[in-house]
Amino acid sequence: MLLLLFLLGLLGSGCTSVKEYQKSRINDGEMELSGRKIQKTEISFQTYREGSSGANGGKTGGGCGCN
Amino acid sequence: MKKICLVITGLCLSIIGAFAQVSDSSAYKSRKLVVEEVNLVSSYYHQDGNNSAVEGGIGSEKLTDFANILEVKMYHYDKKNRKHSWALEAGIDYYTSASSDRIDTKANSSASSSDIRFYPMVSCNMENEVKGTNIGLHASFSTEFDYQSIGFGASFGKKSKDRNRELTLRAQAYLDQVSIILPIELRGFGGGGEDEGYPREARNSYSFSASVSQVINERLQLMLITELVKQDGFLALPFHRVIFNDNSPARSEKLPSSRFKVPIGLRANYFMGDHLVLRSFYRYYQDDWGLNSHTADIEAVYKFSSFVSLTPFYRYYKQTAIDYFAPYQQHKPTDEFYTSNYDLSAFTSHFYGAGIRLGAPRGVLGIKKWNMVEIRYGRYNRSTNLNANIISMHLKFK
Repeated sequence: MLLLLFLLGLLGSGCTSVKEYQKSRINDGEMELSGRKIQKTEISFQTYREGSSGANGGKTGGGCGCN
Repeated sequence: MKKICLVITGLCLSIIGAFAQVSDSSAYKSRKLVVEEVNLVSSYYHQDGNNSAVEGGIGSEKLTDFANILEVKMYHYDKKNRKHSWALEAGIDYYTSASSDRIDTKANSSASSSDIRFYPMVSCNMENEVKGTNIGLHASFSTEFDYQSIGFGASFGKKSKDRNRELTLRAQAYLDQVSIILPIELRGFGGGGEDEGYPREARNSYSFSASVSQVINERLQLMLITELVKQDGFLALPFHRVIFNDNSPARSEKLPSSRFKVPIGLRANYFMGDHLVLRSFYRYYQDDWGLNSHTADIEAVYKFSSFVSLTPFYRYYKQTAIDYFAPYQQHKPTDEFYTSNYDLSAFTSHFYGAGIRLGAPRGVLGIKKWNMVEIRYGRYNRSTNLNANIISMHLKFK
């Protein structure tokens, strides 16, 4: 929890302002922060086979007969 | 199997049909609705283990699932230059389950041995590129023999002026119906049956999530996600048996009628050198049933070129048991709540494998609109001796 709070502080604090022309790597398709489409069915089976879910773009309970 | 072949054929025809509407508009901001991309994700999943909840924590957990998800993404710009995006998605799973087959222990193979799940979804999003805001709505539906669900939600996002930070808020609700299919020996007179229809119970889930993403520098970006989830209604599965320590008759599992979950996740993606992207994810989860878990996931995407990459990955997961879990014949008949579902027991799991992505500037196999193909294999080992394999394929057409 402390680590997460620390990282939250890091997010809120001023970071290097990156200009649009400097974002060639940040804008790379592999750098997307959302889950990848091919992982959709993997996240789905993990939702069934594990007791916890959420915060990863998948379901957090409901919508399926899962945990 | 014929049905599956027909479904696959239908999905392929849908893709071909969708391209009748595709127009090339890379720079022009089209007022007309144009197809942006079409995605098809297919996967085959197989698992086996010996802790079936249907038989009270013993018995085969053999299960296969063949899943197909087709998504068509479209967009257009309105007169104020706001981008309106639409996504239509349809998923269909065909699964067979050895444990579900044991709901009726007297039959050699019962109606529960296989089923089809169909789950369409539609979403729309309006993005104001000048203001850096977007508003989205979505609705979903899911149906299988013993479970129906209606879902809907809304989201709002706001980017900072320098476009290095984004806040997204999302709310969603699922209103589900669970058919009360009891183990065969627990069905009394008037307890429902296939001919007269099973009684149903409601299961409602409401969630609110907030995420903040931040570009740290030219190579690193992070996202923090937190969710609050409230579920109420019938949260057990009625065909899960519990066998007690006094050899009294088996009962259907019983769990509390509400559950509150809090997952917190952090993603960090780092572009190392010119060819390697490290994608990492950590999640801490806690709920009021006594379960907490840690998930750590890392993927290393090695880009041989803009069009070819190899992605080995590893995921570690550890959870504690819920307060109401006990193995076969270890519950007392006086317990208020009880389950022997090993998905809610204490365990660790390891998931590892690799994926390969192939794109081509002139189209995969010379097919101009076929933009990309990705294939990924994963092996899942759980400390309860449940093992699984999954192979997935993603085809993208643009």
